[in-house]
Amino acid sequence: MPVHRPLSASRRPLLAGYTPPNIWDVVVFALVIGALTLIALGGRETLQPLVVANRTPISLDPAVLPGYALRTTMRMFAAMALSLLCTFVFGALAAKSRRAEMVIIPLIDVLQSVPVLGFLSFTVTGFMALFPGQVLGVEFAAIFAIFTSQAWNMVFSFYHSTRTLPRDLKDLSDSMRLGAWRRFWTLEAPYAAPSLIWNAMISMSGAWFFVVASEAISVGRVTVSLPGVGSYVALAIVQHDLRAIGWAVLTMALVILAYDQLLFRPLVAWAEKFRLDPPSTDAPIPRSWVLDFLQRTDLTRRLWRPVQSFLGSLASVRLGRPIDLTPGFSRVWSSRYADWGWYALLALTGALAAWRAAAYIGGEVSLGEVGWCLVLGLITLLRVVVLVVVASAVWLPLGVMIGLRPRWAAALQPVTQFLAAFPANILYPLVVAAVVRFRLAPDIWLSPLMILGAQWYILFNVIAGTRMFPADLLEAAASMRIRGWTWWRKVILPGVLPSYVTGAVTAGGGAWNAAIVAEAASWGSTRLEAHGLGAYIARATADGDLRRVVLGVAVMAVYVVLFNRLVWDPLFTSAARRLRAE
Amino acid sequence: MASDIMTAPARTAPAPEVLLEIAEVSQTYAKGASDDLLVLDGVNITLKAGEIVGLLGRSGSGKSSLLRIIAGLARPAAGEVRWRGRPLRGPSEAIAMVFQSFALFPWLTVLENVEIGLEPLGIPTAERRSRSLQAIDLIGLDGFENAYPKELSGGMRQRVGFARGLVMQPELLLMDEPFSALDVLTAETLRTDVIDLWMEGRLPLRSILMVSHNIEEAVLMCDRILLFTASPGRVAAEIPITLSHPRSRTDAAFRKLVDQVYERMTNPSDPALTAEQTTPEQAASAGVGRKLPDISTNLLAGLMEALAAPPFKGKADLPELADELTMEVDELFPIAETLQLLGFAEVAHGDIRLIEPGRRFVESDVDGRKRLFSEQLLAHVPIVALVRRVLDERPSRRAPYRRFSEELEDFMSEEFAEETLAAVISWGRYAELFAYDEQAQTFSLEDPA
Repeated sequence: MPVHRPLSASRRPLLAGYTPPNIWDVVVFALVIGALTLIALGGRETLQPLVVANRTPISLDPAVLPGYALRTTMRMFAAMALSLLCTFVFGALAAKSRRAEMVIIPLIDVLQSVPVLGFLSFTVTGFMALFPGQVLGVEFAAIFAIFTSQAWNMVFSFYHSTRTLPRDLKDLSDSMRLGAWRRFWTLEAPYAAPSLIWNAMISMSGAWFFVVASEAISVGRVTVSLPGVGSYVALAIVQHDLRAIGWAVLTMALVILAYDQLLFRPLVAWAEKFRLDPPSTDAPIPRSWVLDFLQRTDLTRRLWRPVQSFLGSLASVRLGRPIDLTPGFSRVWSSRYADWGWYALLALTGALAAWRAAAYIGGEVSLGEVGWCLVLGLITLLRVVVLVVVASAVWLPLGVMIGLRPRWAAALQPVTQFLAAFPANILYPLVVAAVVRFRLAPDIWLSPLMILGAQWYILFNVIAGTRMFPADLLEAAASMRIRGWTWWRKVILPGVLPSYVTGAVTAGGGAWNAAIVAEAASWGSTRLEAHGLGAYIARATADGDLRRVVLGVAVMAVYVVLFNRLVWDPLFTSAARRLRAE
Repeated sequence: MASDIMTAPARTAPAPEVLLEIAEVSQTYAKGASDDLLVLDGVNITLKAGEIVGLLGRSGSGKSSLLRIIAGLARPAAGEVRWRGRPLRGPSEAIAMVFQSFALFPWLTVLENVEIGLEPLGIPTAERRSRSLQAIDLIGLDGFENAYPKELSGGMRQRVGFARGLVMQPELLLMDEPFSALDVLTAETLRTDVIDLWMEGRLPLRSILMVSHNIEEAVLMCDRILLFTASPGRVAAEIPITLSHPRSRTDAAFRKLVDQVYERMTNPSDPALTAEQTTPEQAASAGVGRKLPDISTNLLAGLMEALAAPPFKGKADLPELADELTMEVDELFPIAETLQLLGFAEVAHGDIRLIEPGRRFVESDVDGRKRLFSEQLLAHVPIVALVRRVLDERPSRRAPYRRFSEELEDFMSEEFAEETLAAVISWGRYAELFAYDEQAQTFSLEDPA
């Protein structure tokens, strides 16, 4: 049941059980950091002050906001199209080729943990190198940044669906000789649809944060501002304009409401028909008034029919038979020697990438600074842990209480989902203004910003987990008069633990990402900075110092991966194992 | 309705032509480091036009693997499958399959599900539609064309499965336990409908090959039954059924045939069937590597009590016992065999007889039963004895799950090793021979204090 399922994106470890960090993670990690280094090296020459002739100045007039909102939304959808393409290509590749799988899956895992906002400086640099002096390059950079925040869980979702196709349906497709193309349209894509649409929705929710952050960014002396809600807010911050920020908040709220009601709710409700397992009886089926309206209207039916027959003919395009490889070649290709060759190639590339990255960073950064960077990482880690604990202490009990009251839960679940999608960074100026006014310590008072947007994932998942808790167990507990602390400890907490962990992982990941914008925030000309890895990356970005950005991003990714692997995954595996009835 | 497309070709040729030849087919499953596991061992079957042949055997005897090979979904490790004299490579147009789980696309309507196989053949839309509607009519699905599978009952879903197979106008229809996911009444209706259509010559088929683990079903439908032994799967016996259709389950000749099949399947002196037998001596000689079915001790105790009580008084005819307990024979078989394995009962010639330990078990109280069960376990089930010995020998009195699963995987697939250990754990817990911590995956001797 999408609407009542825990709100979380597909991640590898949570689905695959506990896997300790292994050598492939290291290789893949080296590849990622090496690639970033290459982009930084390639874009070095282009970090000249950007002269964009046709740049339209941003205006704070509320009348321009609808236009800005439209452009921001278009960026989102462009990135989503890219993500879908990436999903079908890499997800399918990973599901069908063992060797591709070996690289793609750990790669997704690492990419999910690399802070997206850290990417931003690279993508801006890289795309400006591709389109020197043109706004197009900046647009692409923003879209690419959004894409990097959306794609990975979708790729993984598709990969996982394709790997778990029911065997009888696969057999049937083979015995009917459907062929790869038709099989994709009749079996693989529909089977993956519910999970993929759900993950796309999560991705979109998370991406509002990044689209706002990526529209106005400075890398060194290059200042980019694309017309959009994000740059509107950025300008409002510079000009101390609280009223404008209020307008931006209102606009974002309306946009998110519209996209949820008009697009994703109908899609999720529609995707129900692709679900293989019949829905359990107590969970309500996702509904959408828009979908009901569309399905009942004759006009839309008429409009839909040509689309449907087009899609149908698309599926029946007869692609040529796959080339039959000569037996000799296919034997060599699938032999163990080819495997070793592949391993060697990967290891070599990884080593090369690691060496290149080390040489690049080491050119200017001392070992002492790397150590300092690790310490800063520890500070940010401490912040993330404290914030997740505090948010849990608040939202876990509240979520359980809401979840136990079906009417509250039904009313509040969409609200929390909405809050999770709302880009919290729009609200930062309000907090920063308060910190400035009351002269509070930034090291402490900037921290809550990190969890501002992410905390809702905890609430949402706990509500969902409580709603899925078996009613008969609650009744049994009530008839045995189990109350108070015992009830929490023995009855409800073990039951909602897997959902809670899912929410906490998402919240923690969100907090790491937000650290880059939250630990260094400004209000007008006042710039507040807390100590932490996020501030380090933010400062390096502002200075255009890509070496330190690479270093900061690498350290942060290491922290996130290790924390997920060593804390969350074992916790989730054991919680889920205990809960399983059989 | 029968048009000329859907009518069967004449099945009256003097010498029935050979459709399918399976020659010395073997199949293995890769299983980690050691040798591959043999699931099919030198199977030879010849299928002629105009007959329904049943492959009868216990689950895990490799009959479904054989069916997948014939359907072209898997390649045999050795041997050859020939269709009309020509080697079969990959799925063939002439062969269609009906699945136990129906295998319907939930997002397609009945009509779309039936049509799906015609599309890759490049048949024009109009002809696809008319052929599908014919097949839907034939199998009795009129009026359900636009329904989605989730709106249909199990029986109706399987009818869609049949229609989808028949619309391809195959010469051979493969059926993989097509009725076993249905309730008793629905299954019977569907069986009768299929047989009626077959007898009236309205199915566009030359032959049917069905896999079953239900003896009565096989006797009801087939012209010939091939008995399959397990591990490795091979054809142990062939039983021709010459009863004329319609066959009645209550008919004396029918009952006699069912008894005969039971007898063949539980005959200790039949060398071809020894793999099916689980006398304690054989179990002991098979040693640690014997596969155990995960059957709850409640079922074992329940069957012993039923056997000891009137009307059986300690000895029963298996088909009668199955009737009395309203159990399918394939549910009853593994329980009876486990009792034999544990030395509580003897199974032979289609009969089951409670022996001395079994009698004592029925008369004992809870603690006495546990004691008796533990004695029988240690004496007759080597893997349980091994677990206990290892725990006794280790100073920590603990041993990880993997210690035993890896040993078992030298003899059987990972899946079977898991089921065997599940049985070991639940029996050992009941007998209070050892404890098992699922979270830590460790066996131990300590009592949960």
